[in-house]
Amino acid sequence: MEKKDIIQSFKDSLFTGLIALALFGPIVGLRTASKGEGLFITPQWGVVFLLVGLCILGRFLINLNSVRKTEITSFSKFTSKFSAITEDKAKHFAITAILFAVVFPFLPFTDRYFMDVAIMILTYIMLGWGLNIVVGLAGLLDLGYVAFYAVGAYSYALIATTFGWSFWICLPLAGLFAAFFGILLGFPVLRLRGDYLAIVTLGFGEIIRIILINWYEVTNGPDGITGIPRPSFFGLPFKRSPDEGETSFHLFFNLEYSTMHRIIFLYYLILVLALITNYFTLKIRKLPVGRAWEALREDEIACKSLGVNPTNTKLTAFAIGAMFGGFAGSFFATRQAFISPESFTFIESAIIVAIVVLGGMGSQTGVVLASIFLIGITEMFRDLEQYRMIAFGGAMVLIMVFKPKGILANRKPTILMHGDKK
Amino acid sequence: MSNLLSVENLTMKFGGLTAIDDLSFDAKNNQITSIIGPNGAGKTTVFNCLTGFYKPTNGQMFLHKENSKISLRKYTDFKIAYVAKVARTFQNIRLFPAMSVLENLLVAQHNELMVASGYSLFGLLNLKSYRDKEQLAVDKAKYWLDIIGLTHRADDNAGDLPYGDQRKLEIVRAMCIEPRLLCLDEPAAGLNPKESAELNKLLKFIKTEKQTGILLIEHDMSVVMGISDHVVVLNYGKKIFEGTADQTKNSKEVIEAYLGVDE
Amino acid sequence: MEYFIQQLVNGITLGSIYGLIAIGYTMVYGIIGMINFAHGDIFMIGAFVALISFIIFGLTGVALPIILLLVLLIAMLFTACYGWTVEKLAYKPLRGSFRLAPLISALGMSIVLQNYVQVAQGARVKPMQPLISGGLEFFKNSEFIVTVSYLQIFIVILTIILMGIFTYLITKTDLGRAQRACEQDRTMTALLGINVDRTISITFIIGSSLASVAGMMFVLYYGVIDFYIGFLAGIKAFTAAVLGGIGSLPGAMLGGLLIGLIETFWAGYVSLEYKDVAAFSVLIVVLIFFPTGFLGKPDIEKV
Ligand SMILES: Nc1ncnc2c1ncn2[C@@H]1O[C@H](COP(=O)(O)OP(=O)(O)OP(=O)(O)O)[C@@H](O)[C@H]1O
Ligand SMILES: [Mg+2]
Repeated sequence: MEKKDIIQSFKDSLFTGLIALALFGPIVGLRTASKGEGLFITPQWGVVFLLVGLCILGRFLINLNSVRKTEITSFSKFTSKFSAITEDKAKHFAITAILFAVVFPFLPFTDRYFMDVAIMILTYIMLGWGLNIVVGLAGLLDLGYVAFYAVGAYSYALIATTFGWSFWICLPLAGLFAAFFGILLGFPVLRLRGDYLAIVTLGFGEIIRIILINWYEVTNGPDGITGIPRPSFFGLPFKRSPDEGETSFHLFFNLEYSTMHRIIFLYYLILVLALITNYFTLKIRKLPVGRAWEALREDEIACKSLGVNPTNTKLTAFAIGAMFGGFAGSFFATRQAFISPESFTFIESAIIVAIVVLGGMGSQTGVVLASIFLIGITEMFRDLEQYRMIAFGGAMVLIMVFKPKGILANRKPTILMHGDKK
Repeated sequence: MSNLLSVENLTMKFGGLTAIDDLSFDAKNNQITSIIGPNGAGKTTVFNCLTGFYKPTNGQMFLHKENSKISLRKYTDFKIAYVAKVARTFQNIRLFPAMSVLENLLVAQHNELMVASGYSLFGLLNLKSYRDKEQLAVDKAKYWLDIIGLTHRADDNAGDLPYGDQRKLEIVRAMCIEPRLLCLDEPAAGLNPKESAELNKLLKFIKTEKQTGILLIEHDMSVVMGISDHVVVLNYGKKIFEGTADQTKNSKEVIEAYLGVDE
Repeated sequence: MEYFIQQLVNGITLGSIYGLIAIGYTMVYGIIGMINFAHGDIFMIGAFVALISFIIFGLTGVALPIILLLVLLIAMLFTACYGWTVEKLAYKPLRGSFRLAPLISALGMSIVLQNYVQVAQGARVKPMQPLISGGLEFFKNSEFIVTVSYLQIFIVILTIILMGIFTYLITKTDLGRAQRACEQDRTMTALLGINVDRTISITFIIGSSLASVAGMMFVLYYGVIDFYIGFLAGIKAFTAAVLGGIGSLPGAMLGGLLIGLIETFWAGYVSLEYKDVAAFSVLIVVLIFFPTGFLGKPDIEKV
């Protein structure tokens, strides 16, 4: 009995190895490289054998312990323990995290690089929170979210460079513009079934990008828009030597000039924007429209039978999500002072979706953790960019297989009849 | 008693299949009208036409108000519940399983609450007028939960309730839209005798206290015969009999339809 | 007029390629009701396998027709392994999971495949010398000479042959019957003693093989590939599948042809820059106004 099992799993592992050989053999083992005028093959059998060996071994171990089942249960046990902890401590966690975020720029080890990474993470957190309304709450898989990010960035850039208005006027305008775009795109497509919707939004994302590349008169094509005004501290620019009749930030506050001022300001700006997004989402989730979003995600037909208008309800989710995407885009534009279509590719949409999905759809904390994990940690390994994307994709598959509701999926009712019992 | 619903020459075809064939019947206010028939007779399809999920191939459906009548054909899906106030349940329960029992009942009051929340604006500002309206909605939910005895589970996920309770919850959720006509698709399916008896009580309560007309699809004859005022029998999409419960019990056509004809 | 005919020829060639990919989408959709987002990347892998084999056989000096045949078989074999593995790893465990799960998993798989090939083969574009050159010329006396290259003829004929074999497989064999049964009702099919898992696996294998043929054609036709070609080609083929009526096999081929024609004519007459916008717009318009496509079954949601 025992022996038969082992032989069986041994055979099985060898079969896995064979498949692995077929998979990795040509693609990994025979690397094409151009030399001179043609393509040549550089064999890389070492890597292939390593990979195949790993597959055989992995499969054998899995069979041996029939780890699969125990693994799934232990994995879900672990994650639910994790969710339970964060659920209990949610408030503490949130307060600690916010406090940490507030003092972060003044911590002794924080340097320019850390600040840049932190700003980037916060941008993704904001995008994740924005998309969470659409994907997590309303259950609409939007694969073209980057389009709204782009619309926000470009409208901010265009308004700011043409009219020279200040950041605080351009930001809401850009957000509104993105929301308007969301309605425009959403209206015809939100009737579609979930999977079609995903593809259509992806299509819209690509169309917008192609238009940005080709509509030279307005967008300046692939070269993008340069010279986007930097934000000022309520009218005080961050400049070493201000123009005549102008006071700059460091002069006003009697500080030594430092480029870090602007960075720190940007950091707080995105922090505030992100927190507003979060606050808004938490609030609106408890309103009728928020409940209707979640109800639609659960069962659209039942919603219709109760008189909930699915199209309008989805449209609000889409528009609000788009608006926050637009805000984030404005911030991106003002931070970079330069934007081009290159920043708004499909892969950005995919990353934001990954953040929402991995965090646990609908979970605000999940988005934070997923952003820190996906953007922050992998940022440290910038050189391994493509490996990082493999890990992203792989993680998405694994999460769907083992924990489809996301790592931190613990929904709390939006309203309680009996109050908090715990 | 006055007519609430009249269905006239309703026909529904799916490609070559005629699921409902020239069906006409009336349902009265404050009565329970049962639609019975063997599997595949077209009962659920009648509901789907009434509640706007299918567009009938032919025929008319009218809901009578005091002095006017509205044609249900004019409304599609969500407007049937919103405007015409026709509510329904489903043969396979359709709750919002990951939402709490209370939330399920609040979604049913979505439209009033939307107005009360100023389309979210007042709600975001946390105005008192909205909070009061929300409290009223919760009270209404509590009222219904008290009736079906589920108040203690109000904060649990609807999907975690036992089957029988889910059925009852779905019915009171439909009641939360304050319907004029309530369509129930096999509410007793999967219930044990005790739960069936409770269901009978609930339906009678709705009929008498809430002044709501009920259209009931049911296979469980103890339920049908116990509470129906009027019975419509369908077979292969055609109406083969119509009458009171007692008349139906003794009708030759009905027995033949259910048991087959001896050659 | 001559220009029109030239565009027509080019469009049909391109349409054959899209059609072959579209079949994979439509078959998988028919049988398990999901959009296999990674299918475009399977096509891309097929193109890479074909490219690698062309290079290897190019060194041996075997006659061209034999090379073509060998490469065809090799590409089909290895790419089928990818299709099979993707299904086993990323989709099979998700049957019965929530609505968006397979789609997200497929998206993840697509990202994995793309970046995996980028790591393994490098990010640069891979050019290949044309293998099949020359062609027939028509309207020699007019201003615009219409060329039908031998390659185009090869592509179209190969497509027709494959479609023939494939139609036979689906309509006349047990496998095809099992497949159609699974489309109707998977549980019932399983109860009747048909191995549903195997049928689904075979569906993926067939879909991937056809995509790999499309990949080989793509290498030959454009002479240059990179790890990113699967994205656009995948979307266009998906559009083709929807346009023809998703779930319908002749529909996929018809849709492929139409998309190929639309794209070439758009590029030829309207605007080259916006040629991809044409495909996306068709996709959106079709899904909104015409979701059952030309040959699809009407889809009334059962309540
Ligand atoms: N959307 C649809 N598309 C095609 N055929 C349908 C559709 N909906 C219902 N039908 C067919 O119409 C007929 C009547 O179905 P219906 O569901 O109304 O029966 P029923 O009386 O409710 O049966 P049961 O007692 O089993 O619930 C059946 O043959 C069914 O297959
Ligand atoms: Mg029924």
